[in-house]
Amino acid sequence: MTRRTPLYERHVAAGAQMVPFGGWDMPLRYGSQIDEHHAVRRRAGVFDVSHMTVVDVSGAGAADFLRRLLANDVARLAPGQALYSCMLNDSGGVIDDLIVYRRASRGGVAYRLVVNAATREKDLDWMQAVAGTFAAELRTREDLAMIAVQGPSACDLAGPLLPDAVTTAARELAPFSAIEVGNLFVARTGYTGEDGWEILLPADEAARLWDALLEAGVTPCGLGARDTLRLEAGMNLYGQDMDESVSPLVSALAWTIAWEPAGREFIGRAALDRERVTGPAARLTGLVLAERGVMRRDQRVVTRAGEGRITSGGFSPSMNCSIALARVPVAAAGECEVEIRDVLRPARLVRPPFVRHGRVLVT
Amino acid sequence: MGALPGDLKYTKDHEWIRPEADGSVVVGITDHAQQQLGELVFVELPEPGRAVAAAQACAVVESVKAASDVYAPLAGTIIAANEALAAEPGLVNSSPYEQGWLFRLQTANAGLEGLLDAAAYQRLLDAEG
Repeated sequence: MTRRTPLYERHVAAGAQMVPFGGWDMPLRYGSQIDEHHAVRRRAGVFDVSHMTVVDVSGAGAADFLRRLLANDVARLAPGQALYSCMLNDSGGVIDDLIVYRRASRGGVAYRLVVNAATREKDLDWMQAVAGTFAAELRTREDLAMIAVQGPSACDLAGPLLPDAVTTAARELAPFSAIEVGNLFVARTGYTGEDGWEILLPADEAARLWDALLEAGVTPCGLGARDTLRLEAGMNLYGQDMDESVSPLVSALAWTIAWEPAGREFIGRAALDRERVTGPAARLTGLVLAERGVMRRDQRVVTRAGEGRITSGGFSPSMNCSIALARVPVAAAGECEVEIRDVLRPARLVRPPFVRHGRVLVT
Repeated sequence: MGALPGDLKYTKDHEWIRPEADGSVVVGITDHAQQQLGELVFVELPEPGRAVAAAQACAVVESVKAASDVYAPLAGTIIAANEALAAEPGLVNSSPYEQGWLFRLQTANAGLEGLLDAAAYQRLLDAEG
């Protein structure tokens, strides 16, 4: 039995094609997936991301727990700030990626984690096991819904729909920061490469905000557009571009590892330290197909420095050609070939992101 | 979804086949198939002159979601491919039974044996739910 978000009826009423995703019944698209994609790049789109798992962490040992659990360091966070991090296993493989927010004014130091839907049980088990040695309390927030409003006009269109006390502060938020007023949590984060907010609110208030956003002219967008947008933005997808068998160093995520202070023994550190000394065996980078056709996951990439594999591939509506993320030898650069249905097609290695804030960044 | 065109034949792989006056057949994918695939962004078509066996993969339709093979519904020789799809693959979505045709096949199977009529294909769709 798949689970349903508080917005399930809204999706069905809007004619969404519903698909199973990570144990949830989620909208793939409402009409044209490509139109949904363009709506986010040019104006504003809204995504139901209530299937993601929200975990609040509190207690005297909360910070120590997260500094052990995460490769990035929550000691860097002032109240109201967020960071992106991997949660690693002992061999440096990625158990999941997540955003951790330091909550302001919650009596003591408290955090909020947002993790992927498909990895929910594994993540919670791991967190509980690690938390056992710290005075940290974990609470999953089944009572909350999460709505992402993204696009150049997202904040203009969504701002008037929030309480006055929230709107002004939310509009002034720097990227990767959040405010919390009562049970409304607004963060300037997202997964599309555009400006916007991720809004957490009580589940029974979600439909009202959703309706108001659509009324304001924001386009409802499904998982399909979410994937093409994040691929253009060069953002990793868990289970494709990284998983437990690879480290952040070969997943273009070295920037998310807080090596200092050297004494912080986060899980996976020893393995990463070793990998850093020997040098990573591969790197994750971008690909643009020179011809028509579509690159897909697991296709072979042939470069002058050796072979690699596509980890995420697809069609870029903004560039009107196929783009991909691929894990290739460290020395690989420039021209290459991708094997699509037994034929080698010319492609080019590029540095992601492909598109950001509505602009194509690779030619 | 509208009623299926009654003058076409169908396969269980969601292709449609239109018999032409000259004995050849035109092949495309059904409205149901294009809806399942989502928006097409690339279509790879067979070269005219190529001989194909029945049920042999001979074209590929790629949507934003995935790549899918299209099979030759009958044995024969490809005599034309819809070149308009190179510039506008979305024709398969907007006009699956007309402008979005894929290829034309000269076949020796004049009776079109083994193909489904509209009623039989509709039952297949109903069974797939």
